Amino acid sequence: MKPLQQPFPRQAANLPYKLPPPLFDARCRACWFTAALGVLVVASFATLGLDWQAFVSMDALRSMGRFVAEFFPPDLSPAFVRKVAWASWETLAMSALGTAMAAVLGLALAVPASRLSPQDPAWLRRPTRWLLNALRAIPELVWAALLLISAGLGPMAGTLALALHTSGVLGRLFAEAMENVPTGPAAALRAQGVGPLRVFAYATLPQVLPQLMSYALYRWENNIRAAAVLGVVGAGGLGQLLSFHMGLFHMNKTATLLAAMLLMVACVDALSFAARRWMTR
Amino acid sequence: MSPVTPPAIDMPTTGPHWPGSKPLAVHPAVPVRDPAFVSRVFWLGLALVLLWPLGVATEFRLWVLWEPDNRKVTADFVRSFWPLVHDAEFLQMLARETWRTVAMATAGVTLALALAIPLSLLATRVLSLSALSGRMDRGPAALRWCVRAVLVVLRSIPELIWALVFVRVVGLGPTAGVLAIALTYGGMLGKVYAEILESGESHATQSLMRNGSGRLQAFVYALLPSHAAELASYTVYRWECAIRSSVVLGFVGAGGLGQQLDNAMKMFNGGEVGTVLLVFIALVALADRVSAWLRKALA
Amino acid sequence: MNLDLKALEARHPAALPSAAPALRALNLQLAAGEQIAVIGPSGAGKTTLLQVLACAQPPTQGVLKLGGLDPWRLPVRALRRLRGQLFLAPQVPPLPPRQRVVTSVLAGRLPAMGLWASLRSLFYPSDIPAAYEALAHFDLGDKLFERVDRLSGGERQRVGLARALLAPASLWLIDEPLSALDPVRARMAMTALVDLARERQTTLVATLHQVDMALAHFPRIVGLRNGQLVFDLPAEQVSPEHLAHLYAQHAHALRGEALPLPRDEVAPAAPAPVVMHCR
Repeated sequence: MKPLQQPFPRQAANLPYKLPPPLFDARCRACWFTAALGVLVVASFATLGLDWQAFVSMDALRSMGRFVAEFFPPDLSPAFVRKVAWASWETLAMSALGTAMAAVLGLALAVPASRLSPQDPAWLRRPTRWLLNALRAIPELVWAALLLISAGLGPMAGTLALALHTSGVLGRLFAEAMENVPTGPAAALRAQGVGPLRVFAYATLPQVLPQLMSYALYRWENNIRAAAVLGVVGAGGLGQLLSFHMGLFHMNKTATLLAAMLLMVACVDALSFAARRWMTR
Repeated sequence: MSPVTPPAIDMPTTGPHWPGSKPLAVHPAVPVRDPAFVSRVFWLGLALVLLWPLGVATEFRLWVLWEPDNRKVTADFVRSFWPLVHDAEFLQMLARETWRTVAMATAGVTLALALAIPLSLLATRVLSLSALSGRMDRGPAALRWCVRAVLVVLRSIPELIWALVFVRVVGLGPTAGVLAIALTYGGMLGKVYAEILESGESHATQSLMRNGSGRLQAFVYALLPSHAAELASYTVYRWECAIRSSVVLGFVGAGGLGQQLDNAMKMFNGGEVGTVLLVFIALVALADRVSAWLRKALA
Repeated sequence: MNLDLKALEARHPAALPSAAPALRALNLQLAAGEQIAVIGPSGAGKTTLLQVLACAQPPTQGVLKLGGLDPWRLPVRALRRLRGQLFLAPQVPPLPPRQRVVTSVLAGRLPAMGLWASLRSLFYPSDIPAAYEALAHFDLGDKLFERVDRLSGGERQRVGLARALLAPASLWLIDEPLSALDPVRARMAMTALVDLARERQTTLVATLHQVDMALAHFPRIVGLRNGQLVFDLPAEQVSPEHLAHLYAQHAHALRGEALPLPRDEVAPAAPAPVVMHCR
């Protein structure tokens, strides 16, 4: 190879049509998305006025260290553990009963909310879907706060709140599952002139039932976490004890309660996973 | 193979009778009982038996809702919803609080990403160098198991609990909410990212690592391109969930729409409650639409 | 039930308007209790013919009369009653996978059962001996309480045929009853269907790819090609020239070679909805 004797070349290293495309191209939609995303993130941090000092300074870290130290040792006295056990049972019952009610209500709402066959006029589809969206848009905590007014303090408000919110979620999932089911069996029954309720019971439901139960069990995992915190607004269970003791700064009792919460969540996750595996064997 | 032949003995006839059909005699082996019936009755009975203690534990007395005092309180509250409060000052304040809710969710998810990305890279088995030649070594496997446990713990504690704790540390305001969302969603995103990275083909990644590239290089050049759409799609979905969460966190003092709703409910001001609920439902519907559109564009 | 088709024309439901119709100028008359086999190369319109006869698809032109009635002019209730009198067995057995065979077979009787009886039969099958008998005709008696997805393809097809035996129908429309069966079982199933149809005086219309089976079991053969009737003859009068003319350029069908199932019927179900939860 000849040694480089000439001065630097005056042309671009790549010919113009071989240059890579510019990083930001006004015609490219993805570029605008990314730019908008960047603006959103920066604006969020800027306008919130987050108090970094309160978190990152040496002072803050030391006080946090002290705060965390107060959690140990957790309070394991028999009387308190009994109370925690009863509250855990209450929370578990709230989540289980709420999910079960939601499954029934969700199925009842999913039938009008789905178009079961191409000839199905499905008049109620849009209003029922709107209802399901409204039910699921409102978080469980807000439902609980609203229901406390009629049902009073205690776990019943929490159960109903879980049932209402989850029926919106499950109703929509159930409706989508029912619309995606293979249509062969239902079409054959309809060709014989069988009415829609019986077509549903003999053809659609047997095909879709394992998936529905799987959704309901998966939702139970979420509901146990939700049930644990509903008590914060007064709906009973572990949450109520937690907010009570945290308000009085009983940090070791709080530690026990948090441990109980983690244990419940792990148990229900395991139970739900095992049940779903057993059903699809 | 041939149809059932009638036995020589004269047996009672059963079966459908059609015009012109020969009545087929009952073969002694014809089953008449459903074997699954007993187990069905058992499971149904078990379910019903379990419902009773659940109802007792949750003090489930639905008829309480119909008691005269409760009915009156409910009716009064529902009646107070109308007319909805719609004066300009209130709506302006709601608009500000809505932006604060969205900002809290965005900031929270951004911090969650900062937490989730390194943890998911640590937890995913696809980037294990020792696993290239057979089983993973004990040390790396233990590390991955620990990181996964951390992620599971982070995601198991509801964000409301984190918010309750942080409110006592950093005081009322959006900081507590942002940190609570960051920790919980960091756990969620980290776990799901690790699972997404492990799903699908790891051939490209492994070839790069076998040829001597570093783990991060293999991630950026092979794993990320193939899973970027799914990762981004899940993140956008989580952002939409974070908006809902930040409303819930407002109930414990993190500001935003949730706090307004809490204030309005404490004062039994049905008109304000109704307006805030409507704004909230609209916000969630809008976020749902945007998220669905973005996810479709990414797919 | 007697059938009367005059100048019938029908389109495939998913076809473009510019595409050729699936059935053209079809004339066919059947007396009650007659048995015919419809043969022809793939794409000839055999399945469309059965769909039109089953009132699952309206004809675009021409006259269709079932039992002397025009089904598409009847009020809803009368049409439902008419539907209860016919039975369509599609090529892919319409059986929900996790249902038990006994329930699937008894479902054939739904038009004759009241609402309460039908729902009760889901929990406890109402007529187990009748289901057993129907299955025994196809040598499946021992599979009475099995789940449908635990059966082989041929067994599932026979269960689909057994359903016909319980239906209160006077018209059986069977689409490719033998596609998944081995020769021995195919002969048994065909014999059972034809004998029982004769016993009960039900009109039987079956589409078949196996021409030798059609010629052996059916007294009357109808040949379709490109939606048009090529011949309508008693079985003895069908000559090899007729068959060669019918299956011209489709020699593999004439030899009875196994054909792949129509693609739209074996397409996998739409992908399950993405399970997204806020957790």
